[in-house]
Amino acid sequence: MSFKPLSLHVPEPGCRPGDTPDFSNFEIPRAGEVSRPPVDVDPNDIRDMAFSIVRVLNKKGEAVGDWAGLLDAETLRAGLRHMLTLRAYDERMLTAQRQGKTSFYAQHLGEEAVSCAVAGALEQGDMNFPTYRQAGLLIAAGYPLETMMNQIYSNSADPLKGRQLPICYSSKEHDFFTVSGNLGTQFLQAVGWAMGSAIAGDTKIAAGWIGDGSTAESDFHAAMVFASTYRAPVMLNIVNNQWAISSFQGIARGGVGTFAARGHGFGIPAIRVDGNDFLATHAVASWAAERARRGHGPTLIEYVTYRAGAHSSSDDPSVYRSPEEAAAWPLGDPIERLKSHLIVEDEWSEERHVQAKAEAMNDVRTAQKAAEAVGTLLDGRHPTPRDMFEQVFEDMPPHLVRQRQEAGF
Amino acid sequence: MARMTMIEAIRAAHDEAMAADDRVVVYGEDVGFFGGVFRCTQGLQAKYGKERCFDAPINESGIVGTAIGMAAYGLRPVIEIQFADYVYPGFDQIASEAARIRYRSNGDFTVPIVIRMPAGGGIFGGQTHSQSPEAIFTHVCGLKTVIPSTPSDAKGLLLSAIEDPDPVIFLEPKRLYNGPFDGHHDRPVVSWKNIDAGEVPEGVSVPLGKAKITREGREITVLAYGTMVHVAQAACEETGIDCEIIDLRTLVPVDLPAIAESVKKTGRCVVVHEATRTSGYGAELLSLVQEACFYSLEAPIERVTGWDTPYPHAQEWDYFPGPARVGEALKRAMEG
Repeated sequence: MSFKPLSLHVPEPGCRPGDTPDFSNFEIPRAGEVSRPPVDVDPNDIRDMAFSIVRVLNKKGEAVGDWAGLLDAETLRAGLRHMLTLRAYDERMLTAQRQGKTSFYAQHLGEEAVSCAVAGALEQGDMNFPTYRQAGLLIAAGYPLETMMNQIYSNSADPLKGRQLPICYSSKEHDFFTVSGNLGTQFLQAVGWAMGSAIAGDTKIAAGWIGDGSTAESDFHAAMVFASTYRAPVMLNIVNNQWAISSFQGIARGGVGTFAARGHGFGIPAIRVDGNDFLATHAVASWAAERARRGHGPTLIEYVTYRAGAHSSSDDPSVYRSPEEAAAWPLGDPIERLKSHLIVEDEWSEERHVQAKAEAMNDVRTAQKAAEAVGTLLDGRHPTPRDMFEQVFEDMPPHLVRQRQEAGF
Repeated sequence: MARMTMIEAIRAAHDEAMAADDRVVVYGEDVGFFGGVFRCTQGLQAKYGKERCFDAPINESGIVGTAIGMAAYGLRPVIEIQFADYVYPGFDQIASEAARIRYRSNGDFTVPIVIRMPAGGGIFGGQTHSQSPEAIFTHVCGLKTVIPSTPSDAKGLLLSAIEDPDPVIFLEPKRLYNGPFDGHHDRPVVSWKNIDAGEVPEGVSVPLGKAKITREGREITVLAYGTMVHVAQAACEETGIDCEIIDLRTLVPVDLPAIAESVKKTGRCVVVHEATRTSGYGAELLSLVQEACFYSLEAPIERVTGWDTPYPHAQEWDYFPGPARVGEALKRAMEG
């Protein structure tokens, strides 16, 4: 028997710089097409949901199907304002980074709905284990913009004392676990937190967050094993924004149809949802939250969205993907889609939108002025070098006391 | 006062901590119903229920990562890694997460966990059941690293580790689980239960960060921990050199005043560990002694360690730094 020499399969995205974006193979079900199962459903009965996409908003902006109707107009307007604020915040902070006021920034452009909508599905006292691209959770929880900026600027009012990379916020009070910056680790910690809640007989749930690329990390799989084994009350969120820096999602996904389908091997119900559809995103997250809170265990959710901006301030996506791809993305822009919906419902108008946008930018500018009056990485007041030695341990051990003295602080 | 094996002492520490504090939960591979491959958690599931003592999937990253989450929730997880040799898949969670969460969140979140693991050789465990990886942990800022040498210290230190507000690596010298071991592998094993050294006082309490002088002496200071404390004792007796043996017990934070006081008195120092030599914890000890006691030293500091090879199987006793090798180092240090 003879065989041809083997060759290695290395997946390639459909579109590189110079190519015309083509999403014709990307199957998008009609809004309302995927129905809402009961929260105690047998995961085996909804396996198809890992290959479809839950959508509520149709092309006209109407909310259709049985995932619709969860949120009133006031809540939706608040959600829209959160997204507008996040976009304005990103714009100003990216500019601040370009001006040298901070070392690093990563924006949410195009995926604002994911964190802003999921925030509303959780209750106070639940805990998010976010990545660096879920600042919408903080904005929706009412964390002050100025405090966020103090962290970005590592100034003397930074609650983290300048120790952590910009955008790696932490606020227990706002149900926001300290962002690591290492990838995938926190998915597992979310499962542990949820196990803790169950052990304590609490009713709180956890939400783990991970990107499409980081699902390849061993910790993703470890998290799935533990969540499945102990039926942990946790919502496992995969934000599939199509790109992991320059690697398209196919590098992490291999031959499997979807990231959500990874849940099947673990017996975890898995749902794909239109991550640019605020209503669908909120509805699916709420379903998972209720399921967890009722003791039915974890849910794996894949939010299908698109990273319209660069990975971070250190990245130039024009080198590896077509600049036309974002505009061709078939699920549109989350802010535009929620705006259209509210207008269709007669709960919003172009004028009010222009005004809300200006108000969001004004809030951000006001906070920025206050934060910059304290200091930026360039100038102003900074955490002291003495702060560098604090909180390595609760009580400073003798060797650190000696080193601090040696350093002259 | 009762005599216990180190296994029973560790079990008793778990039992006491779990009885005193509902937040203490215990898990790891085979830890629940079975009570662990070394039986350190035997009976805990029956006494405290499945939610407080349970089996974990074979995934060290998962065990450590979930413990971090539980600790952030407010529990006090005490987790077992079946052998120290298996800890590496969990290392990212230990070094990048557990050790730094307090620091990076400025105390907003903390990780009071204990990561127990049997370490060291002497049981013909070969390269995957014999390693002494302490230096890998002592090099990570934000971790405390502890290693007992007696049942009494094992219980007292483990209780302190569980009460500590920060992550503690708790290395258990597995060759000492059932009885002391001085490196004379050809002699019969003596159970802790048959000797006074196995006494565990009622209410024993041993703080982290405090060394113990296990033998007072005038001629030379021996710095050791875990199994090597017993080997050093044998070497001291066999050479007749009047050694002051310091059992460090906690490697980070190390008890530098105890070390410095002794070396200033004796003027000589031998450092002993089972782990490989290059970048081992002994290198740190040499530096500390040199920095603190240079003008008191009468001779170069000697170190006796495992060789820089993987831990072999058939050649275990050629690898293990037994009393003969320690004795030679003591003589060299006396002559130097």
